[in-house]
Amino acid sequence: MKAIAARRHHRQAPVVLLVLALLVMGGVYAAFATTSADATVVTQSDDDVEAGRKLFAANCASCHGLNAEGRQNAPSLVGVGAASVYFQVSTGRMPMQADAPQAEAKPPQFGEEATRQLAAYVASLGAGPAIPTEDQVDPAKGDPASGMALFRTNCSMCHAASGAGGALTQGKYAPSVLNTDPAAIYTAMATGPQSMPVFNDMTLTPEEKRDIIAFIDAQKEGAPGGLDLGQIGPVGEGMWAFIVGMGLLIACAVWIGAKSS
Amino acid sequence: MSTNDTPRHDELVVTHAPEGVVDPGLPPHQPRLGDTDPKASKRSERIVAALFGLSVLGSIGVVVAYFAFPPGESVSSIQQSNMFLGLGLAFCFAGIGFGAVHWAKSIMNDHEKVEERHPQRSSDEDRAAAVEVLKEGAADSGIARRSALKGGLITALALLPLPVALPLIGNVGADWDVSKFRHTMWRRGTRLMTDPTYRPIRAADVTIGSVVHVIPEGLHHDELESDQSFMDEKAKAVVLLVRLDERDLKHTEGSYHGIVAFSKICTHVGCPVALYEQQTHHLLCPCHQSTFDVADGAKVVFGPAKRALPQLPITVDDEGYLIATDDFSEPIGPSFWERVK
Repeated sequence: MKAIAARRHHRQAPVVLLVLALLVMGGVYAAFATTSADATVVTQSDDDVEAGRKLFAANCASCHGLNAEGRQNAPSLVGVGAASVYFQVSTGRMPMQADAPQAEAKPPQFGEEATRQLAAYVASLGAGPAIPTEDQVDPAKGDPASGMALFRTNCSMCHAASGAGGALTQGKYAPSVLNTDPAAIYTAMATGPQSMPVFNDMTLTPEEKRDIIAFIDAQKEGAPGGLDLGQIGPVGEGMWAFIVGMGLLIACAVWIGAKSS
Repeated sequence: MSTNDTPRHDELVVTHAPEGVVDPGLPPHQPRLGDTDPKASKRSERIVAALFGLSVLGSIGVVVAYFAFPPGESVSSIQQSNMFLGLGLAFCFAGIGFGAVHWAKSIMNDHEKVEERHPQRSSDEDRAAAVEVLKEGAADSGIARRSALKGGLITALALLPLPVALPLIGNVGADWDVSKFRHTMWRRGTRLMTDPTYRPIRAADVTIGSVVHVIPEGLHHDELESDQSFMDEKAKAVVLLVRLDERDLKHTEGSYHGIVAFSKICTHVGCPVALYEQQTHHLLCPCHQSTFDVADGAKVVFGPAKRALPQLPITVDDEGYLIATDDFSEPIGPSFWERVK
């Protein structure tokens, strides 16, 4: 100590002190930053995972197995990711109502909190796509024109050019996407639920997914042509022409031919 | 031509009518309300006038709507413009139509009149005279004798359709080169690019269950001479890339670790086949529901298509990007006359 004290007036003392001070500052900051970040993530996700595990055991395990390993009629959920849970649970498709060709959307059975906890639990079983941030699914930030080109190539053959959906085989169908929540659209693309193929970040980058969401959002204004008859294509339009259109013509012909009273 | 007084029944009609059926004649005339009650007649007149008035309002409405509701830029303003123009048009036409019909039905007289049909056959004298005229003309022209003139006329008539037909057929395409149907832009080493974003595809990035819509490298507006050739080439070269679990694939030739690529053009009538059901590995055509089994070389399992979708053989290059190892082994799309099989 005495040796150090004796050198405190040395010419280089301020430099040494400055370097030491910087090292201490950096060390403290680094330690503080990592511990704080780790702490929040770990505690939050530990709680969520634990709560999710309980929810899973009570609501999902009868089909998907106690460890989500899958059963005869229900797939393994190891590695499907939080995004998959978010899509299936937030749109009400899971828990499934009945053993049908396809799980249909219905009012969600779990609240936002419970959905997040289930997602955290399933995500803890194996790496998979995550739930997108608000920013990633904000229709206002996407480019609907680019979204239209992407939708036409990748989505329209099943969900129809209008987005109103269409039939597949044996009772399965591609649902309408016009009123789907943006995060659900995103997670559906990322995970490929049921018959739908996967569009991962290589096929459609997160920005491109947001463009598609913006395009779908732009369809909410309606069709400029007026009544869209459900946008299910020639079947609906043909029905209208045959029943209403030709019915009116026949009614006119009958009226013209009838004697006036 | 009115007549209850000249029932000139044709003999033919009488002989064909089954016996015992008597012509019931016209039902008794029923006067209308307006014929007896002047008030009702006045009312009909007012209705007709009101209908014409509605038409006038409709016409004025269209003119007003044209200026008051321009289509503008937004969907709702277009809807509004269409609706008001359409309603105005409907009233201006329907008012005249309904008014005129109502006028005829309720105000004009409604006395039944009978018109007998004339026999269609001309009288024998007229028929003989017509034949005589034709014969006289033929003899006068000497067509039987003057064989040079006859030949000339037939030749001229035979060539007559040409000036109409040739431009018609020519404008359809005027291109008799069918060999271009046999090959596409795909060559050995052509990279697979995403459609429409035009990015190369790394095999490692394609997850199981993925579908990627693919065009060949070089199919880009910057690298082709015209938009027309872009569309022509794209129409032939589009490919659907799918990754399956490798264990599900029945044949692995041309595939790369479960990644398979098939022509997207249906072998039935050429629609883009792209409804892929991830769980069944079935690929459906949206036009006529032809169904192809991707796990089994895109064989037809249902629908009107007769041939499997041609497969694009693929592998990866040094950088891990997917490339074609050859063109399709057979012409893509629907059959054409010159196709051998």
